[in-house]
Order: sequence, then C-alpha cells, then structure tokens
Amino acid sequence: MAAQSQFLITGSVILSALLFGLGVVAFVFKRNIITVFMSIELMLNAVNLAFVAFSRAWGKLDGQLFVFFVIVVAAAEAAVGLAIIILIARNRQSLNVERVDSLKL
Amino acid sequence: MTGPVIVFFALAALALGGAVSLILRRHPIHSALSLIVVMVALAGLYLLLGAEFVAAVQVIVYGGAIMVLFVFVIMLLNAGIEERTNLSRMAGLVGLPLGFFLTMQLVYWVAHSESQMNAAGIAAGGSAASTRDLAVLLFRDFVFPFELTSFLILIAIIAALVLAQKES
Repeated sequence: MAAQSQFLITGSVILSALLFGLGVVAFVFKRNIITVFMSIELMLNAVNLAFVAFSRAWGKLDGQLFVFFVIVVAAAEAAVGLAIIILIARNRQSLNVERVDSLKL
Repeated sequence: MTGPVIVFFALAALALGGAVSLILRRHPIHSALSLIVVMVALAGLYLLLGAEFVAAVQVIVYGGAIMVLFVFVIMLLNAGIEERTNLSRMAGLVGLPLGFFLTMQLVYWVAHSESQMNAAGIAAGGSAASTRDLAVLLFRDFVFPFELTSFLILIAIIAALVLAQKES
C-alpha cells in the first residue's frame, strides 16, 4: 500500500514535469494567439498536479489549497487575456502572434 | 500491477496524448478540445491522489467555465487554421530541441530528488483528508488570501468589461 502510494506520487510529479515541458514547447511552437494562451493554461495545470502530489506526499492540505488559488488566478487571467485577444483581433484582423509586434493596440 | 496503477497509466497516457495533440493540431478548436481531454484526465488523477474536491473544482471551473470561455472566443473571432511562416519554422527548429531539453532536465531532477525523498522517508505519509478539513483550513487559516482573491476577480471582471467594450 505504501509502495503503491509512493509510486503514484512519483509518477504524478514526473507526469507534471512532462506536461509542463509540453506546455513550454506549445508556447514556443504555436502561432495562433489563442492556442499560445491555452498552452499557458496547460503549464498551470501541470503545476497544479505537482501541488496535489506533494500535498499527498506530506499528508498536508496546504498544497490542495494552493491549487484553488492557482485556479482562481487562472480564471481571472483567462477573462482579462481573452478580452485583450478580442481587442487585438478587432484592431489587427489577425490572430497570428507574428503580427502582434508592438505594444500599441 | 494493481488497479490504481493501471488507472494511473491510462490517465497519464490520456493527458500526454491530449497535450501532444494540442501541439500538433493546427485548428484552434481542435487544440481546445485536446486541452479539455488533458484537464479531465488530470481530474481523474486528482481523484486517484485522494483530492476529491480539487477534482470536482477542476472539472467545473477548468473543464467547464474556462474552456467554454476559450471555445466561445474561438467561435466569436472565427479563428481558422493557423498559418506557417519562415519565422514559425525557425521557432520550431530552435524551440523544439530546447523544449525537449528542458523537459528532460525537469524529469531528471524530479526523479533524482524523489529518490532522495525516499531515502529520507518523507513520502507515503499521506492520510485521507476530507473536504471538511480543507474548508476549515481555507476559512480559518487562509481567510485573508481568500478574501483577496474576491478582489482579484472583481478587478478582472471590470478589466474585461473595459477592454472588450466598443469605442464610441
């Protein structure tokens, strides 16, 4: 039972590292501004998995609590970020990140 | 191999497949659906790790609210297949090896530190924690950060309204 729990924790942390790496690759590789934004969400999810796994490993709930705060921040970030994306798409008629080359809208 | 281990491998394969599909698919709506698969698989992993409430919140807030917002914006902007340019090929050439390197580094150091943790006997001390314990912790010890998050969401709502309105 302890060995199985140990395996689940180790596996989850390694999976979270893999997912974070894939999120970084997606962030660099994707050209659509919405997909770039989605890869940020993927990285946040990977970090959440590590939080939950360590919460289980230490037998404490603080890690799960941090997941809530991360989710709240992600929701706020998604609302503001998508509003900015709509604004950019309206002003530039394009969703390609290469067209967004100055800070001015 | 026992039941939980098999379920873990199935969910891990689902999550990794979804993440790879997010990268390979060129249409944003396909990428969004792949991301939903990743999030639901992660919710299953949270259940496996004994975090029931986090799993429920993951499905409702991430899989429900945030991804619906994404799909909504994709449809609103009528986003099509992403175009490839010389610059994007360059980003692929440089970014893919670097991302692969970063991932391998992360996995190596995580596995390394895990074996150290085993030696120190830290892990596997997890006890079953209820949603009630979580609520006590959230509303007693972390009540001030919790109230701060409501301000954060309020500011985000106002910001989204101001940004998205049409200029008159």
